[in-house]
This record gives sequence, structure tokens and C-alpha cells, in this order.
Amino acid sequence: MNFSLAELVPLLPEIFLLAMLSLILVVDTMLKDSQRTATYVFTLLTLAGCAWLTFSGHRTDPVHAFSGMFVDDTLADVLKLALYLAVAFMLVYSRSYLQARGLFKGEFYALTLFATLGMMVMISAGHFLTLYLGLELLSLSLYAMVALQRDSAVATEAAMKYFVLGAIASGMLLYGMSMVYGSTGSLMLSDVSVALQEGAGQKVPLVFGLVFIVAGLAFKLGAVPFHMWVPDVYHGAPTAVTLFISSAPKLAAFAFSIRLLVQGLEVLHTDWRDMLVLLAVLSMAVGNLAAIAQNNIKRMLAYSTISHMGFLLLGILAGSQNGYAASMFYSVIYALMSLGGFGIILLLARQGFESDELDDLKGLNQRSPWAAFLMLLLMFSMAGIPPTVGFYAKLSVLQAVVEAGLVWLAVVAVLFSLIGAFYYLRVVKLMYFDEPLQVAPIEAPGDMRLALSINGLAILALGILPGPLMGVCLIAVQSSL
Amino acid sequence: MPPLSLVIWVPILGGLAVLATGNDRNAPLARWLALVAAALGFIVSIPLYTGFDATTHAVQFEELAPWIYRFNVNYHLGVDGISMPFILLNSFTTLLVVIAGWEVIRKKVAQYMAAFLIMSGLINGVFAALDAVLFYVFFESMLIPMYLVIGVWGGPNRVYAAFKFFLYTLLGSLLMLVAFIYLYFQAGNSFEILDYHKLAIGMTAQELLFVAFFLAFAVKVPMWPVHTWLPDAHVEAPTGGSVVLAAITLKVGAYGFLRFSMPIVPDASHELAWFVITLSLIAVAYIGLVALVQADMKKLIAYSSIAHMGFVTLGFFMFNPLGIEGGLVQMISHGFISGALFLCIGVMYDRLHSRQIKDYGGLANRMPVFAAFFMLFAMANSGLPATSGFVGEFMVIMSATKVNFWFAFIAATTLIFGAAYTLWMYKRVVFGKVTNPHVEEMQDINKREFLILGVLAVCVLGMGLYPKPFTDVMHASVDNLIAHVGQSKLP
Repeated sequence: MNFSLAELVPLLPEIFLLAMLSLILVVDTMLKDSQRTATYVFTLLTLAGCAWLTFSGHRTDPVHAFSGMFVDDTLADVLKLALYLAVAFMLVYSRSYLQARGLFKGEFYALTLFATLGMMVMISAGHFLTLYLGLELLSLSLYAMVALQRDSAVATEAAMKYFVLGAIASGMLLYGMSMVYGSTGSLMLSDVSVALQEGAGQKVPLVFGLVFIVAGLAFKLGAVPFHMWVPDVYHGAPTAVTLFISSAPKLAAFAFSIRLLVQGLEVLHTDWRDMLVLLAVLSMAVGNLAAIAQNNIKRMLAYSTISHMGFLLLGILAGSQNGYAASMFYSVIYALMSLGGFGIILLLARQGFESDELDDLKGLNQRSPWAAFLMLLLMFSMAGIPPTVGFYAKLSVLQAVVEAGLVWLAVVAVLFSLIGAFYYLRVVKLMYFDEPLQVAPIEAPGDMRLALSINGLAILALGILPGPLMGVCLIAVQSSL
Repeated sequence: MPPLSLVIWVPILGGLAVLATGNDRNAPLARWLALVAAALGFIVSIPLYTGFDATTHAVQFEELAPWIYRFNVNYHLGVDGISMPFILLNSFTTLLVVIAGWEVIRKKVAQYMAAFLIMSGLINGVFAALDAVLFYVFFESMLIPMYLVIGVWGGPNRVYAAFKFFLYTLLGSLLMLVAFIYLYFQAGNSFEILDYHKLAIGMTAQELLFVAFFLAFAVKVPMWPVHTWLPDAHVEAPTGGSVVLAAITLKVGAYGFLRFSMPIVPDASHELAWFVITLSLIAVAYIGLVALVQADMKKLIAYSSIAHMGFVTLGFFMFNPLGIEGGLVQMISHGFISGALFLCIGVMYDRLHSRQIKDYGGLANRMPVFAAFFMLFAMANSGLPATSGFVGEFMVIMSATKVNFWFAFIAATTLIFGAAYTLWMYKRVVFGKVTNPHVEEMQDINKREFLILGVLAVCVLGMGLYPKPFTDVMHASVDNLIAHVGQSKLP
């Protein structure tokens, strides 16, 4: 096989990230604790560099590398840009939290970058094994990050659960892939797709394999009934890590689903559609109902994530470009909302105080009207109330579902979002209607306040003008699939 | 600037400016700024009436700009004779609410004023929107300020009331959203409400759409049996919140019937009219009786609102011009009267901090001017001729007589029940001996209160004596609506 350096061009962002990551790992060992900020700045600069490389290396038509194992298309570029942004926001939000807890170490930044690399590989995968490699790189980094606070029993337990369940899911995914390989004779997504169109393989082993693939996927997304790890991990992990898990990986998980189900196995659409319907309905039901019973914000947001993943699946199962674009929009918006939500929790946390109980939000409007207003926007956005952008995310998904002729599913979805509205409203109630329990002033560095304000106002601004971002998602899907 | 964008954005931007004045140290500034914004909001709405062409049913002051290209959603505004009066009513009420809250609201003044101003802009948007998504955005966003108003400045049980209000109304509107999306595909990727009016739809689909719209609007109106959120919300809301709820937001539901249910699904509307009529008559008769036994004045007026709104929906589903115009007149008149009554209760509550009828008695001895105003509004609420309350009720009863005598008969019981619960309350509060020593210390209304109640009294009497300016602008649009609803849309 011929190989030329030009083949590596589409991988430039990944190569740059890896190179910088190695550099940061080495340099960090030579820094004193007081100089640790350098690592932080370098990490942010790395992300900025990646963003520039991705942006300038953008081609309208998909570019393949390594005989198609790696693909760089518009879908990948848009998702990667969103990914850098999400990771950068997460780094800004978490700095003071990490400093206060003695977690402000090089490892955190190295693991973050490793996870980012894993997600980038997932997003650009053109082959089952590339997908799997990216997924494992992400997962292993996350397991370690959850356990970063090694003296915390809760965090260690969460990491163990995450690891064991994650390993099972990976095993299921691999098993499903092997069944597909057995039926079609290839692991290349495009070849599998062609083979299936030509009628390769028997239906039974294919669908059997599909079941395992979908189950593995559901594990990673945190869809019911494979959601057990989500609340415990969200709760147990340091809030900064929870923030990370709940935002950027959802973008990768969306790409993962699209690559597997749409680019690889679209011929089996009718089969996986029914599975996804079940997963989506159960996720919306369990997620929204269980969230009501939570007293801890992190657990509540964990269940809220589950229900949002249910909504995300709705767009994919609609099986149209419209639907995929709607899901993509949803995943980007969800990452944005989740960042802001956990960002507010980080804002309220301080030395020796986690601020992760719902009661800690009481009377926030009196302590800091601006923070309360931002959280209000985020909560209404998660509930899907206009004029926030969460409404348009839901609208576009519902539109795709109705277009696919599944009006009943749209009705089920809106009824569950009604139930969901209750616990988001409760957060608003705590902030605005109740008297504060804490009177300590809120201290946060300026960059974090600024980032949070941008994050919160973006929810409103995108809600007033959602058109451009929706358009970008549609173009990305149309030109890549 | 086009007038409809002005009536939407002037109050909203004004509200944001008020919000920016920050905490209560700047309360006087916030008040004055809010007054200026509300006054401006009212002034910019006047050209809608003066420049209105009453001879045509076509939408006027139209504005059209693409908004969300991907879904073909447009920023499309326009009013006809049905929606225009409500924009004026809303802008007018907002001005009163700002004045009414002047001294009464002492905590978080800026946020209170801002909430009402923003809500006012959003409600104007509801009445002006001609694009379904735009309508929905305004329709739902106005829940947010109202939720906060009830929850932050409300009474002891405010949290329960705020949640009930929000979730109830959200339930209805979410199904309407699905209906809009369905219509979007039926109409060939369009969210234009006027396109939906022309769309041919099969009977089953019409019935399902009717149910979806009905839930959204019946909750808002509210109709029996989905009315239970209203008494709770009214009792707990601060005076300004009650006024806006009764005078404006209830009208949004009734307006929805005229703009969506009847023209989009006329066949189902005819088919299911018996259902709406039954619920309306239950509201008129049964809720009237419920109002009779209330011990809390605000609750009594809340139930009275439900009964009066029953009249509105009854008039609409008679499908004749008199009924629909009667319903519309009743809506405007009820906006004045219920607003005025809630303000009256607010005046008493500010002095005695009680809304219980039994805590009062003999008010006429201490507050004669107030008692006179209260008398006028109580009479108007019971439908006394020469007040605006009479005009609408009379028109609706007339139109019901044409359709079915018994409809008219049951509807006419309101003249008895309405008089009974309103005047009995009035008697117990205002007349008799002063039994509560605190009533002894009550001061009569001040200039600010006199101004508000005086203006409303002029409106109530003016509309009762000469309703023509109100009905004239409606004629063409109502006639067109009747003609439209008369045609079958079955494919």
C-alpha cells in the first residue's frame, strides 16, 4: 500500500493535539505548584490551535485518510469545533474549583486532552475499530478523571462502577461488531454499508449483532435501561469532572451513533429504529420521573441528562437527514446547557463546600441576581420553554419525528417534557421564591464570570436567532452523509 | 418603526432597562422608568386604533421578515379587528398595573416592574403573531414572567399556585405545538397561520387538531373542568398579577379559539360545538353557584371570571355574528371590570392585609369614595344596564336565543347568580356596622388610587353607554370569520 505524507493532512488537529499533549506532560513535571497555571494556559492554547487547524483545514467534501479508516468531513469539523469550545469552557469553569481542592495538577489537564483526542477520533472514525479505539481512549481517561480525588470514597466507588459497567458495554459493542464482521466480511463502515445494500449476510446474525451494538451505544449514551451508572458517576465525581462528562462526550456520542447506525448500518434502519424508540421512551420516562425525587443537583442533572439523551435518540430514529441534523443541533445545545448548569454549581462551590444540594441554591436571586438569572435561562432552556434555545432543539427534533409519521411518539415526548418542566421549575423556585440559607458572598475569578455570562446569554441569543446554527447542522449532515 | 414591532419591543426593552437599575436602592428610578416605559408602550399602541381600517377584514400593519430559514419560520405580524382591541387593552392595563404597584411593592421593585413590562410586550406579540412558531414563542414565554410574579410577590401559598399555573398552561400548549408541526407538513412546509386557514383537512385529523387546540385554549380561558388553577393563582398573586391574569391572559385563550380552532378546523368545531357549549353553560351556572359560597374576595372574583369567560366561549360557538361580537365585547368589558375589582380588593388588602369577607363590614362609613367606585364595578360585574358588563352578556344571550331557547335560559341565570354573589359580597364588605376595630382606622383612597379607579370607571360606563367604537372595528373581521367557518374544509 502506498503511503504519502499528504495523507496525514486531515489528521493535523489530532497530531497537533497529541504533540502538544506530550509536551505538556513533560513540561508539567518541571513546574512548581505555583507555576501550574502555565499548564492551564498551554492546554487552552492547544485547544485554540486545534480549532484553528480544524477550521482552516475544512473541506466541503469528505477527505479520507488511512484507506478510509479516518474521515474528515463537515460533520466532523463542526462537531470538533463545538468540542473544543465545550472543553475550553469546562477548563475555565473548573480552575478555581480544582485549586481549592488540591486537584489543580498536570494530570487533570493531560487526561482532559487525552479524552479530547479520543473524542476527536470517534468523531472522525470511518472504521469500526477506529470508533472503538477512540471510545476506549475517551473512557479510560474518564475513569481516571472520576477517581482523581483519590481520598474520596464516593469518587472511588463511582469510578469503579463506571469502569466495570463501561467495560461490559465495550465488550458488548465489540461482540456486536464481530457479528457484523462475520456477516459482511468487513469492518470498514462504507464497505459494511455497501455489503448490506447488496444483501450480504443473513438477517438473524446481523440483527443479533445489531442488538449488541445498540446496547453498547445505549450504555455510552446513558439511555434507559443501561443508565445505572449515570447518577452515581455524576454524583460521585468531582463537579469539574461531572461537568466534563456531561458536556463534550455527548457530542462524541452523537457522532458515534451517526457513524455506526447511519453510515454503517442504515440498511437495518427499521430494525434499529424500533430499538431506539424503546430506549428513547424509557429514557424520557425514567429520566424525568426519577429526577423529581432528587435532592442533589448533580443527581438531578444526571437524570435530566438521561431524559435529554432520550430526546436526542428521537432525532436519530426518525431516520432522515432532517432528523440527524435536529439531533446534532440538540447535542450541541445540550452540551452548552449542561456546561452552564454545572458551571453555576462550580460558581457557588468554595473551599470545603460542594454546593451540590438543591437547597444550596435557595435565595440565589438575593445573593447574586445575575447568577440566578443565568441559571433561570439555563433551566428554562432545559425545560424547552421559549425564548431560550432549548425550545428550538426540541422543536426541530419533534418536527423530524412527526415527519417520519410518528405523531404518537411526539405526543409522548411532549408529555414527558411537561413532567420534566416540574423539576426545572423547582430550581427556579428555590432561587427566586425562597430565602437564602447561605449569606457568604460569591467569589469567583473574572474569567469564569465572563465565560458563564457568555454561556448563559448564548442560550438566550441562540433562542432569538436559532437559524444560523440550525443551518450549519443541516449543511454538515447533508454534505457528510 | 412599524407599529406592531413597537408595541412588542418598547415594553420589553423598557423592562430590560428597568431591570438594569438593579437593587432596591434605586427603587424610585425603577418606578419612574417603568412608568415612562408603560406610558410609551400605550402611546405607541394608539396608532393601531386611529390608523385602523374598519372596512376590511384583511390583516393590517403587516410585517414580514424571514426568521428561521430552515423551518420557513417568519417574523410575521399583523392585526385584524379581532386582535387589535386586545393589544390596546393590554397596553392600557400595563400602565394601570405599574401605577397600582407604585407604593405597594417594596421589595425587588425593579424586577416586579420589569416582569410586567416584559410580559406586556410578549402578550402583544401573542395577539400580533401570524406565524405559528412566533405565536407559540410568545404564548409560552409569557408564562415565565407570570410564574415569577406569582412566586416572588405572591401570598403564603404562592409556590403551589405558581407551579400549578405554569404546569397547567404548559400541558395544553405542548399538544398545540405538536398540532402546529403536523399542520406544517400538511400545509407544505409552512408555519403561516393564514395558510392553515385555507388548508383542507380530513375529519379525523380535524377532530384531533381540535382537541389539541381545545386543551391549549380551554386551560387558558379557563373552562370548567380545567379551571382549578385560576382561583389558586389569583388568590396568591399580587394585585398587579391578578389584574393582568384576569384582564389579559384569560383573553389569550378565547382569542385562540377565534384565530385557530374555528378557522383551521371548522368542521370539527361545528361537530364538537355541543361539547364546548355544555362546558360553557356549566361554567356559567355551576361556577356562579361556587362563587356564591366563597369567603375570600379574590377567590370570589376569580370564580366570577370563570363564569364570565363561559359566556365568551358560549357566544363564540353560536357561530353567528352577534354571538362572536358579544363574546369579544364581553372579553374587553371583563378586562376592565375584573381588573377594576381586583384593584379594589388590592386597595382594601393594602390597608387591612386580609381578603376575607368576614374581616370587613361597614366600609362605607370610613371610605365613602372608595365605596362608590366599588359599587359601580360590582354593579357592572353583575351586568347592570348602562355598564359595559351588560352589553356583552345581552348580545350573547340574544344570539343564544336564536340557536336554542334553553341555552339562552341557562345563560341568563348568570344575571341572577352574578348579581347574587357580587352584591352579597358588596353588602357584607361595605354596608352594616363596623365590627372589626381595624376597619375604623382605614383611610379613604388617595389620589393615585382615585386616578386608576376613575379611569376604569370611565371605561366601564363609556363602553356600557356607547359600545359602537368597540364593535365597529370588529364587524368586518367577524363577518369574514363567520363566512369562513361556514364553509366545509373537508377534502
